[in-house]
Order: sequence, then structure tokens, then C-alpha cells
Amino acid sequence: MFFPISNAHINPIYLVVVGFIIGILGGFFGVGGSFIAGPALRLMGVDWNYAVGTDLAHIVGKSIVAAKQHRALGNVDLKLGFIMAFGTIGGAECGAQLIQVLKRAGNVNTVVSYVAIIVYSGIAAFMLWESRKTLRSAKGRSQRGLVKGAESKKDRSAFGPVTRNIQRLKIWPMITLPTSGIRISLWTILLVAFVGGVFGGFLGGGAGYIRMPSMVYVLGIPTHLAVGTDLFEIVISASYGTFTHAIKGNVDILIALVMHTGAVIGAQIGAVATQYFAGPKIRLAFVPLPLIGAAIVIYTLITGHKI
Amino acid sequence: MKKQAAKSLRVFAIELAVYAVLVVCYFFLVLHLLGEWLYHLETQHRYIYAGVALLLIAGQAVVLDTVTTLLFRFLRGRSR
Repeated sequence: MFFPISNAHINPIYLVVVGFIIGILGGFFGVGGSFIAGPALRLMGVDWNYAVGTDLAHIVGKSIVAAKQHRALGNVDLKLGFIMAFGTIGGAECGAQLIQVLKRAGNVNTVVSYVAIIVYSGIAAFMLWESRKTLRSAKGRSQRGLVKGAESKKDRSAFGPVTRNIQRLKIWPMITLPTSGIRISLWTILLVAFVGGVFGGFLGGGAGYIRMPSMVYVLGIPTHLAVGTDLFEIVISASYGTFTHAIKGNVDILIALVMHTGAVIGAQIGAVATQYFAGPKIRLAFVPLPLIGAAIVIYTLITGHKI
Repeated sequence: MKKQAAKSLRVFAIELAVYAVLVVCYFFLVLHLLGEWLYHLETQHRYIYAGVALLLIAGQAVVLDTVTTLLFRFLRGRSR
């Protein structure tokens, strides 16, 4: 099938399957799946600027469905989601402007590829280290008989002491989030959201691969709530990202529409699956995914052409 | 328990098959008709294209979610 906007020939079945896979990832991990979608589009010869913008458009549709599912399951902190949307929008605009600068310089594909490899590998390494450490310490506690009943199901993180120190920072104004059960400075939330927004605007997608871990480790949000809230927030910020990239000529909405047909089914499966796994196990299962994205980008860099 | 899981899998497989037929029809009817118009819009009127793109993806999300939910409910109801 020919997509005239991005001037690319792509099999629609390939797009539906990619959409289906990232739909499951989105529903399960609360991430947009851009670490798979972006490289998957690059693999078909779509330029990075189109891969970034189109992925954002597809994520708007996918996140609407997944966020609705998570809202029904009580996994969304609306107050936190709205606050984060402001920071993310600012960051997304910065990221989109960076793409424009690289586009004009003529090296957008090379620079974004290298940044993507570094970011995806870094995220995977960090989450592997943290979730294994958390699972090991939880196992040790239960073997020593320290953890009983409901306490054993509590969402733990090896990053807990750092999170508690961040929550102790009393920088006015302090925000209480009853749904998440924390009180934290508004600036910490906005900073986390802004950084996520920059990555989203630059590498595409909702940048859930950086914001979801940040929400858990930096803000101290329970993993299930972080997943749902991240998706809710992505609906707002990715809509803005789509608009700003579309007016810059970086969105092929036809590709996004086709990918989204597969994502609808995948998102429903993923959202239901989160009910059967504990937080650290969800995070451990997340580890190979950014590495797959990094491997695809390395392949396109080495071969220099599509499959 | 095993019987229940097999039943759920069968319903899901039927849902996927019906959904696949609907998606193929969608490709040929909607995307084929919209393609030229969207291409023209993207090259001539970027701001309108950006708004239309958002409306299309959000609209498709709502419609497809409704279709899959109804389909799932219908097939579950019939399999009982």
C-alpha cells in the first residue's frame, strides 16, 4: 500500500501487527510503545521525523482506549495526570523544535538513531537492575517471615529511600495526591513531566518508557496507578504533540490510522493482564522491550536501508 | 476452569476473525477514499490537516472501541 504523505510503500498487515504488539505493551506497561513503533517504521524506510510524528498520532488513539480501560479499573490519578500534562506539553514542544533543527541540518536520521540507542539501552539496564534488586529483597523478607498478608502485595521498589528523600523536598507549592497517597512538590511533578515531554517530542511517542519509571522511582506512585495515569496524561500531551508535528509536516495520519486498528485489540488484552502481575514483575517484564527497539535502530544504522 | 479458558479463547478467536474482516473493509473503503484528500490537505492546509488528523484518530479510537466492546458482548452472550 502506498502512503503518499510520507512517500512510503508499507504492507498494511505489517502496520496492523506492529499496532497490535504495541497495543498490548501500552495496556500492560502504560507506555506508548514508541521504542518499538518508531524503529518499526524506520525499518520500512520511513524518515525519523515522520516516524516520530506519526507514532504520536497513533498513540493518541491507542491511549484513549487504554486509559478508558484503566479508569474503569481505578488505575488513574486524574489530578496528577492533569498537572503532568502541562509539563509534558512544554517538553514536547522543545523536543519537536530540536527535530526541526536537525531536519534543517539534514542529519535527523543519524542523530535520532544514536540518541534512541543510548536511551533505550539505558532504560532497560536501569529497570533490570532495580526490579531484580526489589524482587530479591522481597524474597528475603518473606523468607525471614517479615512480610505477611496484604503487606506482601504492597508495591515495593529498591529505589524507595531515594523516592522518600525526593518526597521530603518541601519546595512550595506542595501538592497532595489522595489517590496516589503522596504529598509532593508541584515542581518535582512538572520537572518529571517536562523531561518526559522532551523525550516524547524528540524520539516520538508518549515517552512512557522514561515517564512511567520516573513516576514510580522519583515520584513514588504505585506501579498500577503510574501505568493508568501515564496513559491518561499521554492522551492530552500526545494530542498536542500530534498537532505541533502535523503543522511542521511530520505526520502521516494514514499510517497512524492503519496501525491503530491493531492497537485497539492489543490495548484491551494488555489492560486486563496488569491485574494478574505484581509491580516489580511488570517492571522486569518491561526490560527486553526497549532493547528490541535499540536492536532495530542499530540494524537500520548498519545496513542503511529498509528490510 | 480449563473449559472456561478454552471458551474464552474461542470467543476471542471469533472476535479477531470478525474484526479482521471489518478492518479489511475499512482499508479499502475509508482509507482509499480519504488518501488523496488528506494528501492534498497536508500539502496545502497544514493547520486544517493537523486538526483533521486529531479528529480522525480520536474518532476511530471511540468507534473501534465501541465496535470491539459490542462484538465481545454479543459473542459472549451467544456462547453462554
